[in-house]
Amino acid sequence: MTGVGKLGWVLAAVCFFLYAPIAIVIVMSFNASKIPFQWTGFSTKWYSELFANASVLEGLRNSLIVGVSTMILSVVLGVLLAIGITRHSTSSAVQALALAPAIIPDLALAIGLLALFSAISFPLGLTTVILSHTIFCMAFVAAIARGRILQIDPALEEAALDLGDTPRGVFFRVTVPSLMPAIIAGALLAFTLSFDEFVITFFTNGPSTPTLPIVIYSMVRFGVTPEINALASLVLLFSVAIVLISQRSVKLSQSI
Amino acid sequence: MGYVIAFMVLPVAIIATYSFFQRGQYGGIVYSLTLDNFARALDSLYVGILGTSVALSSTVTLLALLIGFPTALAITKLQPQHQNIALVLVILPFWTNFLIRTYAWIVLLSSEGLLNQGLLGLGIISDPLALLYTPGAVVMGLLYAYLPLMVLPIYAALSRIDPSLREAAIDLGASRFTALRQVVFPLAIPGTLVGCVFVFVPSVGNFIVPELLGGGKTVMVGNLIRDQFLKARDWPFGSVLAIAMVVMLVLLFALQARITKRVLGQG
Repeated sequence: MTGVGKLGWVLAAVCFFLYAPIAIVIVMSFNASKIPFQWTGFSTKWYSELFANASVLEGLRNSLIVGVSTMILSVVLGVLLAIGITRHSTSSAVQALALAPAIIPDLALAIGLLALFSAISFPLGLTTVILSHTIFCMAFVAAIARGRILQIDPALEEAALDLGDTPRGVFFRVTVPSLMPAIIAGALLAFTLSFDEFVITFFTNGPSTPTLPIVIYSMVRFGVTPEINALASLVLLFSVAIVLISQRSVKLSQSI
Repeated sequence: MGYVIAFMVLPVAIIATYSFFQRGQYGGIVYSLTLDNFARALDSLYVGILGTSVALSSTVTLLALLIGFPTALAITKLQPQHQNIALVLVILPFWTNFLIRTYAWIVLLSSEGLLNQGLLGLGIISDPLALLYTPGAVVMGLLYAYLPLMVLPIYAALSRIDPSLREAAIDLGASRFTALRQVVFPLAIPGTLVGCVFVFVPSVGNFIVPELLGGGKTVMVGNLIRDQFLKARDWPFGSVLAIAMVVMLVLLFALQARITKRVLGQG
């Protein structure tokens, strides 16, 4: 089994490659020294400075507004889209189009949306950011929901109809509950994607409502500081936690 | 569907239309038809930038393939429940903030950065190396960002291969390596191509990594498009560049689909 041993080393090396840079940022965030690369002792002062930083807090607030709004919009639209493309359309072109926003380069989508909003003279701000995030988050939600819909036995809905429920009642009492794990997973994913999104926000946002990634971008352009390390660590751990919960939910949805 | 058409098809149509118009004196758009923007895109300066982008992205894709394929293969050899953990480990960084992952490489590569300090401390070098703000740093940043996108589709392809095929080849006298080369590799080609496209596409359009790790010295087509829209305010020309990029990527998808069809057709 020497082959497996060698491949095991490859896997370990790749995990080191993927995690070492992140780990270093987290370790450095607890460095007491102002000079980024000299370790002078353990400190959490950069974290407390972070919570006193007005622009960081404003960015966080805007990001949460955008993230939650995008999550709600993209779950509603994404689930409807998934039902539409799996139940009512057999055309593969329609299916491909519906899922395309997840694959198209973000820069192309970003300038397209900017051009659209400017063509209809829609003022740029958090509303345009939410509308733009929804278009690609929705595609991810649809992809997850679609996998679940294909597993549901249509006989369940037919039985409910036969037993006298209205189509609307069937949707809320049968379809939605059986999709629940996929909906939760999709919602969490949509929230993280939106919360960390930079490129599309950069183009479709107005100047007065920076989101957290925009704030981070303007900070990292001026080099390495312990404050960014602290902020980066928090944002990283936040995303990791949400993604792990979402993964569990997907697994749950597959096991039911 | 209405939402998709409004926010997906319409923007593409507008960009396509803009590309034929002229830039206004103050950055607006003059609605008179012209092909000048397309002619300008053929200027050697812009063709050169496109060439740099393709060359860098190809390097990233090739490196990701060389690292990603053995990684995916290694994951398929694990116990089934460990496979899931390994997959989550590989994909997890991909879901975290892209800016922060790029920033981590500034911490590593800058002249006072950890890599240089380590090498200085060990006495391997006497002066800090210029690692940051080089094309190499850009390749590194892109590779770091998109490696998971290579591993996942290859893993999916490899895990679908019936292990008895490989065993049959070994029973019939093939060595382990020959079995890998003649049985496993050909069957993994479709998944591998998907991985290559998944890495190449976002690399070409990326403007953050060239800016933060390339220090503006390595200009890629993403930076150019961004600047045309936000700095030069020449939207028609930016549109032409964006269309050139998207057309190139669509051709790539078509090529991938064609090769996959041919491989599967033979199999």
